[in-house]
Amino acid sequence: MEQKSKLYVTLLTGRTIEQGVAKERGKSSSEYAESVSVCYMDPEDMKQLGIKEKTNVQVSTEYGSVVVKALKSLRAPHTGIIYIPYGPWANVVVSSETHSIGMPSFKGVSAEIEPAPDMPVLGLEELLKKQFRKG
Amino acid sequence: MQVVKAVTCPVCGSLCDDIELTIDDGKIVKVKNGCAMCESKFLGYCGEHRISKPLIRRNGELVKASMKEAIGKAAEILAEANYPILYGWSSTSCEATRVGLELAEEVGGVIDNTAVVCHGPSLLSVQEVGIPSCTLGQIRHRADLVIYWGSDPWSAHPRHIERYTAFSEGRFEKSEWRGYLTKLKALIGRKKIESTLRRLFLKKQPSVSSVPEGKVCPTISRTGRKLIVIDVRRTKSAEMADYFIQVEPNKDYELLQAFRSLIRDQELDVDKVAGVPVEHLEEVADAMVGCSFGALFFGVGLTMSRGKLKNIDAALSLVRDLNMCTKFIIMPMRGHFNVTGANTVSTWQSGYPYAVDFSLGYPRYNPGETSVMDVLLRKESDAALVVASDPVANFPRKAVEHLVENPLIVIDPHMNATAQMADVVFPSAFVGIEAEGTAYRMDHVPLPLKKVVEPPRGVLPDEEILRRILSEVRKIKKAKTTEEA
Ligand code: SF4
Repeated sequence: MEQKSKLYVTLLTGRTIEQGVAKERGKSSSEYAESVSVCYMDPEDMKQLGIKEKTNVQVSTEYGSVVVKALKSLRAPHTGIIYIPYGPWANVVVSSETHSIGMPSFKGVSAEIEPAPDMPVLGLEELLKKQFRKG
Repeated sequence: MQVVKAVTCPVCGSLCDDIELTIDDGKIVKVKNGCAMCESKFLGYCGEHRISKPLIRRNGELVKASMKEAIGKAAEILAEANYPILYGWSSTSCEATRVGLELAEEVGGVIDNTAVVCHGPSLLSVQEVGIPSCTLGQIRHRADLVIYWGSDPWSAHPRHIERYTAFSEGRFEKSEWRGYLTKLKALIGRKKIESTLRRLFLKKQPSVSSVPEGKVCPTISRTGRKLIVIDVRRTKSAEMADYFIQVEPNKDYELLQAFRSLIRDQELDVDKVAGVPVEHLEEVADAMVGCSFGALFFGVGLTMSRGKLKNIDAALSLVRDLNMCTKFIIMPMRGHFNVTGANTVSTWQSGYPYAVDFSLGYPRYNPGETSVMDVLLRKESDAALVVASDPVANFPRKAVEHLVENPLIVIDPHMNATAQMADVVFPSAFVGIEAEGTAYRMDHVPLPLKKVVEPPRGVLPDEEILRRILSEVRKIKKAKTTEEA
């Protein structure tokens, strides 16, 4: 199969049970950070990018870009769709457009994804510091 | 050791009220009946992330302060602000929200709850179209067709299917749990046989098929309770369903309208809608018309993707159409345990369910203008109070940028991203664990939340903290008017 350096995908965000459990335990816990700084991908897409599970990837949209860890989706097939659980990492790349009703577009955002094995996944505090220079 | 029965779980909108807690030496040591999220909350409430003392930011650092000092500082921020935001409310009691509304009116701010980023669009559509509804109990006893659209109850409301819908044992409808287990066993068996065959004879790589399962679907025409899941992803809930429809992202609206046409016996002159073959849709439409009591639950999959409130308009209209031929209800899957209560209390007090602006002295409501997200994006607010919520972790980056630029007050039991950015932080007691109150289940049934253990020393419930801030704000304002006079 021809390998690509970058894929154009649709980004979905949402809940996962791991995120739900970790958020109740405490949002500053490492479980929480680990459960939301990931990106679920279709195994076919991972093959196309030539990456293995747990490789860091950079997800970029018109609104920003963030490094997260790629995980194989258990819910495949859904080529062309990536899934990041709700949380500070997903927020960097979702759309803030509310279409005049107060609701931003958290789902169905066009994104690019590329392997970034040399870039680190930031921790919660570093991420917030980088984004907002506060905290 | 003491066992407390019939505790209501303060996590998700299902508000399961059958939790049993074992308490030993003032601590919860065992949770019975709850799901993983419920256990995590009841066992982890006192973990290391708990805030123990009020905090105030001094020279860029959050440092411990006395309650009096923190109340004074918070009141000062709010009394001085021109256009403050009061946000959160869905994870606290109705009683606390009521005080919040009073405070919002007093300071002339915008009060909004987390519905704005989950089911806000649903509320807007309900105001336009109306909603046929009922209680979850009625669904449990009577529904013979249950549809989840754009929602994954297994992950977000883990006991919803088991307690209220397909796998619950109702008076007139039986649980389909056993059927599902049989199906699962058969599936595992088949997979095992397949993989053995592959290993022994074919030595082929396992292939991933992209054809949606169930081309001809025997399960959908069988008798008994049926479960249909419609989603952009094959979720865990989808695996439990009798029938799963995978819709292309952002195409829910088309699919809903296609169903409306099919239900009116109109022909569709396309082969596929939103990536789904029309024959499949026809089967589902037949099941919808053919059931005697159907329930459509929809999640944020509809409210957050393209179309937003128009998707809900279409879903509500679909159910209205279905009521011409059978009994059908529709219900949003509310996320936080008391987001429904926040909307309800806000409606009693101000006339509107969320995004209420008191800046002119009377309540105004115009989501898109008075909603917290838009106020932040226009960079208009000049202070914020966040109660039991974590907007820094949940809002798009641009909105957060403005939120953290201004004075920020946080009331929360746990340290979270928003509290880390705050200027004043109040630790609060967990409603439903350390404080009592009222919460509304997703079907608008109010349930009492229990107090089962004492909060840590000096930690007050949200309601009490808000009351103290409110009275301090009133004092400051009174002093100001006498000064001016
Ligand atoms: S389903 Fe929701 S309400 Fe019920 S136990 Fe789980 S988290 Fe609590």
